[in-house]
Amino acid sequence: MIDIGSFKPDTVYTIYIAATPEKVWQALTAAEFSRQYFFGFAVELETRVGGSFIVRAPDGSLHIDGEVLACDPPWRLSVTWNVNWPGLVEKLGQTTVTYEIAQTGDAVRLTMTESHERELSEDILSGGRMGWPAILSSLKSVLETGKPLAIKMEPPLKMLAALKEMGIGVP
Amino acid sequence: MRKPEFVYVTYIETTPEKLWHALTDGDFTERYWFGVRLKSDWKVGSRFSMMRDGAENDAGEVIEVDPPRRLSYTFVNLSEKYRGERPARATFVLEPYGEVVKLTLTHEGFDEGSKMLPAISRGWPAILSNLKSMLETGRLLEVPFAALKMEEAG
Repeated sequence: MIDIGSFKPDTVYTIYIAATPEKVWQALTAAEFSRQYFFGFAVELETRVGGSFIVRAPDGSLHIDGEVLACDPPWRLSVTWNVNWPGLVEKLGQTTVTYEIAQTGDAVRLTMTESHERELSEDILSGGRMGWPAILSSLKSVLETGKPLAIKMEPPLKMLAALKEMGIGVP
Repeated sequence: MRKPEFVYVTYIETTPEKLWHALTDGDFTERYWFGVRLKSDWKVGSRFSMMRDGAENDAGEVIEVDPPRRLSYTFVNLSEKYRGERPARATFVLEPYGEVVKLTLTHEGFDEGSKMLPAISRGWPAILSNLKSMLETGRLLEVPFAALKMEEAG
């Protein structure tokens, strides 16, 4: 288990959704949901602290091979979120993502916090800053309308360039 | 140190024209903006007001109007708590993104130690989430204004 007490929250995104906490939890942690709103990526979760948190790319390859740090369904999930690119963890340190789900009236407030062990450049953080609003906007649409948003997105070039410069094996 | 600003991006299945209307029409804003009616003639330099129950709660100036692409205005809350604070500038950028619209809000120009900044940081995600629901489903979120705890922020 890693000590995340000193991690810095670099990207925070809050969105309100007309759904139950259980539905939002399911959307965040089940592959059949995540494939719809997360650019075809499949989330697999072992619902216990120390369990595995996996994200597979649409071709089935391992994108994130993470660990569950906190797990309190349907209120709180914290996982390590290290993209499986060669040298990434060594060069950037660990990344964590925490979802907090709260009941507000008849809706749910979902807050996503992406934290980092080390100080990272704006270029490197741009991937999450660009991706999360699209992913979570689409998740909201899936839960409220039954269909995701048609959003196509590639990782930002400035992020890929910054990672490459650090010697990280980007695709 | 990071600039004292708030940035929020959301993607909405709608058209730029409908989103522009939703951002500028007082009858429409009153529904999703927790009872806030925006009031302005939307001419650059004109007064911009946020009305709640007939009273002007916030006021500022229209800075930029380029329908349906860019809208910018300043405002500050008129209550005692925020007295002396400079009106910060909120800019909305509406961009077609495939079949949806990308909405980027940048709220900037806050004084150091601003009490408005933590309050609006609580408010915008709820307001813009409600706007997205309204445009995509025709229904509002059932979130009571008090649940945002905007007054407790800062």
